[in-house]
Amino acid sequence: MNQANQTVIAFRNFFQEVGQLTSFSSRFFKQVLLPPYEFDEFAKQSFIVGYKSLPLVGITGFIMGLVLTIQLRPTLVDFGAESWLPAMVALSIIREIGPVITALICAGKVGSGIGAEIASMKVTEQIDAMEVSGINPFKYIVVTRIVATTLMIPLLVIFSDFIALMGSFIAVNIKSDVSMSLFISQIFNSLDFMDIIPSLIKALFFGFFIGLIGCYKGYTSSNGTEGVGASANSAVVVASLLVFIIDMIAAQITSLFT
Amino acid sequence: METVKTNNYEVEVKHLHISFGKDDVLMDLNLTLKKGENLVVLGKSGSGKSVLIKCIIGLITPDEGTIMVQGNNISEQDDKSLNLIRSKVGFLFQSAALYDSMTVRENLEFPLRRQNTIKGKKLISLVEDALENVGLLDVIDKMPSELSGGMRKRVGLARTLILKPEIMLYDEPTTGLDPITSNEISSLILHVQKKYKTSSIIITHDIACTKNVADRIVVIRDGVCAAEGTYKELESSGDPWIRSFFE
Repeated sequence: MNQANQTVIAFRNFFQEVGQLTSFSSRFFKQVLLPPYEFDEFAKQSFIVGYKSLPLVGITGFIMGLVLTIQLRPTLVDFGAESWLPAMVALSIIREIGPVITALICAGKVGSGIGAEIASMKVTEQIDAMEVSGINPFKYIVVTRIVATTLMIPLLVIFSDFIALMGSFIAVNIKSDVSMSLFISQIFNSLDFMDIIPSLIKALFFGFFIGLIGCYKGYTSSNGTEGVGASANSAVVVASLLVFIIDMIAAQITSLFT
Repeated sequence: METVKTNNYEVEVKHLHISFGKDDVLMDLNLTLKKGENLVVLGKSGSGKSVLIKCIIGLITPDEGTIMVQGNNISEQDDKSLNLIRSKVGFLFQSAALYDSMTVRENLEFPLRRQNTIKGKKLISLVEDALENVGLLDVIDKMPSELSGGMRKRVGLARTLILKPEIMLYDEPTTGLDPITSNEISSLILHVQKKYKTSSIIITHDIACTKNVADRIVVIRDGVCAAEGTYKELESSGDPWIRSFFE
């Protein structure tokens, strides 16, 4: 009976959380279009989310391309399909691995950062201070961050894909001699818009949800300083989980058109 | 949009009732703030003093009762008129609530930039004047993390005063400060009252601060106003519980 009660409470809490998140996101959609627009804060957040994530995303992308090429090579050699290596790596990176790994990295770095920052602003009454000064804190803090992550994550994915392909080029050249122009032409011959566009649309959704979850967890944080850590932690967990769920849905939708 | 003044009170709280879950924090609380006076609100920790001033500024919505600020009922205002009322009310938070990611200068400029009416040299001179008033012009380009607790409170006060409020709400302005800095903050509260002709509600536990700044004192017990009077009157109150605050 006790366990049944706990299950009921867990379900109730889950649906309560989903309801609150839905109301939080509808508040975002209401406010994103209404003036005044916080361009300065949006630019600052875009710099933090985009530019400051470049080294981490770049290094991860490079290793991703290099390792994937090294791991794929023996299998393709066994089948006599070594020449397919650039095309296979490019398809894997652009369609799937690039967006997902970049989103997971950003869920960790950006999502936790946003969650902790907003939660700490709440604990130290900075959000209340904005409100009493006649500033709409939701617009200034939440809307700018969600828009920044939504627009910056796709750009980071493009950057990460490019660096990963450079890593792949280096890996290909470890054991054979392929010119850059041949490598690039093999990649472009194997790609079409239906590989690139869905991947970027998927990245837009990843960015939106990373920002949304980070902001929601921070904005609804409670229990003082203890809540700051908890908000950052749950922002990463929920955003990472959502990245996989969105990826699954995107794969199903894309398969309908190909 | 104009706000209306209908009586002599700057703030009038009537039959205020607030509860969080099953805990009744304030029950049928009545309180008034007259023009130009410093009203100190005393009470034990958790007695709802901070909740009271957060209701006055509209950060918390009361369950029952009315709060009139300069004749305007706070709970009946839309966002625009609430912001207009808030522009006449300054709030010094317990933690000063300076924006961590901004320098002292940016902290002070921030509310003014939002109003979009003051720009350029006038903005710079207003910021510098406000900091000079609290004796901290030399920290203008520092980050809040580089300031001491007392300095943060003073910068917080400067940020509030820059909007030229008519009513000031102080949430435990001397908590966590040494006696010398506490005295400086108390002097600053008196200076603000004189220079800006403000009416203030000061939430505090600090009896030295109370003695320095209070024109009138209200003591909250069990969610209601248990006693009201001047420092001298309450110091010699017949109720030992009230007297214990002043010992």
